[in-house]
Amino acid sequence: MDLTLNVHSQGGRTVLEVSGEVDVYTGPTLRDRITALLDGGALDLVIDLGRVEFIDSTGLGVLVGALNRVRDLGGSMVLRCSQERVLKLLRITGLDQVFTVQAVLDPPGAGPAAEPPAEKPGQIPDADGSEVS
Amino acid sequence: MATVTLRLSPRRAHVRTARLVAAAMARRSGVSEELLDEVRLAVGEACARAVQIHERNGDGGPVIVEMVDGVQFELVVHDGLAGGALRSVDAQLPDVGGWLEPQDEHIGLALLDAMVDDITIEQDDTGSGTRVRMRWPTT
Repeated sequence: MDLTLNVHSQGGRTVLEVSGEVDVYTGPTLRDRITALLDGGALDLVIDLGRVEFIDSTGLGVLVGALNRVRDLGGSMVLRCSQERVLKLLRITGLDQVFTVQAVLDPPGAGPAAEPPAEKPGQIPDADGSEVS
Repeated sequence: MATVTLRLSPRRAHVRTARLVAAAMARRSGVSEELLDEVRLAVGEACARAVQIHERNGDGGPVIVEMVDGVQFELVVHDGLAGGALRSVDAQLPDVGGWLEPQDEHIGLALLDAMVDDITIEQDDTGSGTRVRMRWPTT
């Protein structure tokens, strides 16, 4: 399945639902869409990865780039995801310490274990003294 | 023992094809279901790196993916480019702050190295290019 992107508003935030595969081929499409949202003034983003079937280092790089841009603009960005395959990748790369990750209600195909969408107090690099350029 | 070899034109769209074939081949070889995501990601990262090197330096020659079904499932991605040569698996995942710097293609290799237990990166016998060789247990 290729990449599919849908946008809606929820509680004053702009939610970008990402479905399918984010890789070296489709990553630029995701980057361009996020850039367009930011250019359009949507500075508080939720990137919903609940329907992502695959994401690689290129996709992670796009998300990191988006986070950088959002911070530069004074906005905020949350990842919404309960899929273990994505969460594992975030842990391996240490990006679970970079992003704020929010659990999802009823993640598609993720089994019965769904937690309430409580926002994790994600640590961000500039909260522990690291430089953010 | 059976071998499947893919010769891919170095285009980004073909990386997905490599993932699909590798996952199917790994499953047939008896790689456990919980490792299939790792196989999929690993071949994708190795091919994506090779394709991106071709985009910068390439002559349009193929990226070769060889899969061998045996006691282990072995997967080799050969970029076929002198410019793709690496000294060793010396790539490191960035620390927390480091992710916020611009990334290069070594990130994919660093991810592979962190994730795949049995991985080696070898120079091609002819001195042109790099082979990323990975193995997974089969049942």
